Amino acid sequence: MTSKPKFAMYWASSCGGCEIAVLNIGEKILDVDANFDVVFWPVAMDAKYKDVEALEDGAITLTLFNGGMRTDENADMARLLRRKSKILVSFGSCACEGCIPGLANLSSVKDIFDAAYASVSTDNPNNLRPRSDCAVPEGQIHIPVFSQLVRTLDQVVAVDYYIPGCPPESHQIAAVIDVVIKALHGEAELPPAGATIGAGVSTCCDECPRARNVKTIKAFVRIQDVEKIDPSLCLLEQGIPCNGPATRSGCGALCPKVSAQCIGCYGPAEGVIDFGARLISAYASVIDSNDPAEIERILDGIPDPVGQVYRFNLAKSLLQAARPAWAK
Amino acid sequence: MSDQHFEPVIIGFTCNWCSYRAADLAGTARVKYAPNVRLIRLMCSGRLDPTFVIKAFASGADGVLITGCHPGECHYIEQNYKAMRRYLLLRRVLTQMGIEPERIKLVWASAAEGVKLAGEINAFVDDVRALGPLHWMHESALHQEDELHTTHSHASEAMAVEVPA
Repeated sequence: MTSKPKFAMYWASSCGGCEIAVLNIGEKILDVDANFDVVFWPVAMDAKYKDVEALEDGAITLTLFNGGMRTDENADMARLLRRKSKILVSFGSCACEGCIPGLANLSSVKDIFDAAYASVSTDNPNNLRPRSDCAVPEGQIHIPVFSQLVRTLDQVVAVDYYIPGCPPESHQIAAVIDVVIKALHGEAELPPAGATIGAGVSTCCDECPRARNVKTIKAFVRIQDVEKIDPSLCLLEQGIPCNGPATRSGCGALCPKVSAQCIGCYGPAEGVIDFGARLISAYASVIDSNDPAEIERILDGIPDPVGQVYRFNLAKSLLQAARPAWAK
Repeated sequence: MSDQHFEPVIIGFTCNWCSYRAADLAGTARVKYAPNVRLIRLMCSGRLDPTFVIKAFASGADGVLITGCHPGECHYIEQNYKAMRRYLLLRRVLTQMGIEPERIKLVWASAAEGVKLAGEINAFVDDVRALGPLHWMHESALHQEDELHTTHSHASEAMAVEVPA
């Protein structure tokens, strides 16, 4: 048993992309190995929950926690790892703001289960549904209970740092790991608690090389319906709903650089309280019409407003979930 | 759904140059309007960040009233048009979130229209009263059983770990 600081990484309700992003830091991963004992990282090594439970409280120096809180198991693991970790990092969009799974907060649990187990594309003649407790000949089976809402990590436990992104960019992860290792050796200061790290403070637009003029548009168009995208002009000026104006910088405007609109995966920029509200402001301001009927026609070009302005952020928005999801 | 004595809580955003003065005029002229509305003065309806409206609903408001100068009469040239566009898009978002579009209303009222503003406020309060309470849920109300973990770990303290030389 070495006395190196301990490192853990866990995935709750997530896709696994965050783990790939960590592995993508290249040879920097060797620095992680040289400086840390990896005690728990389900995607990379075998360890059991009871191994974590057996650790002393605060035994893990750094835990990167990705994924949202979709089941009671996710929340239990969040509490366990909070207790065992000195530094708990909310890692990636799911942990920070719910991400795509957070859009389930538009629907009730019943509707979600109906979609999964009773839609036309599902072959489920006996209408079987998952149950959290079930007796089988071999014994009692417990599976995680599906929560009413998707919650963010910081809605369940206190978090020390946030690293945004879906997934966080590997060079940003590498930079964060560098700082933590330097801090371990007393060569650098850790950022203030509660800070968003591994990202900028401004907006995606600030990193976007496209030309910006006065924005006036007569129609919103979905990007797949645009025949030819001007490679050097602001996408929003071309009528493509781009989430850049509300989104935190840090990715280097990867998407707009290749003529894809920013979808907001880096979360709200510094000072933005509600991501969607900021975008509503931004979109409304560029509409070139003062006639209510024409404005309504232009807005028809955004067929799914919540999906557009809260794509990654619904669980962390001020309203957090739509009314059907709140209903008991 | 409707409580016996339900009195809606309405947040009203007013423009310094027109509707706030209209409300003032209603007061001086002793024109009565429903006390349900809590007016907040902005310098212009264009200052209305949609965040304010969403926060009002999330914090327990049953309705939100937005008022501004008549089109073409904005003190800042055209900001009331921007307010209108934001209102129209915001209403779509709120509808998708399950908040009835009737819970948010945009009214133009000049400084001389105290009586008109009072009438609009009364009508809006009646409409929202008919809809019943919104009572937007809060995380704490829904998940009282899982208390938020309150022990913050302090990162500075966290670094006090021994590192092998």
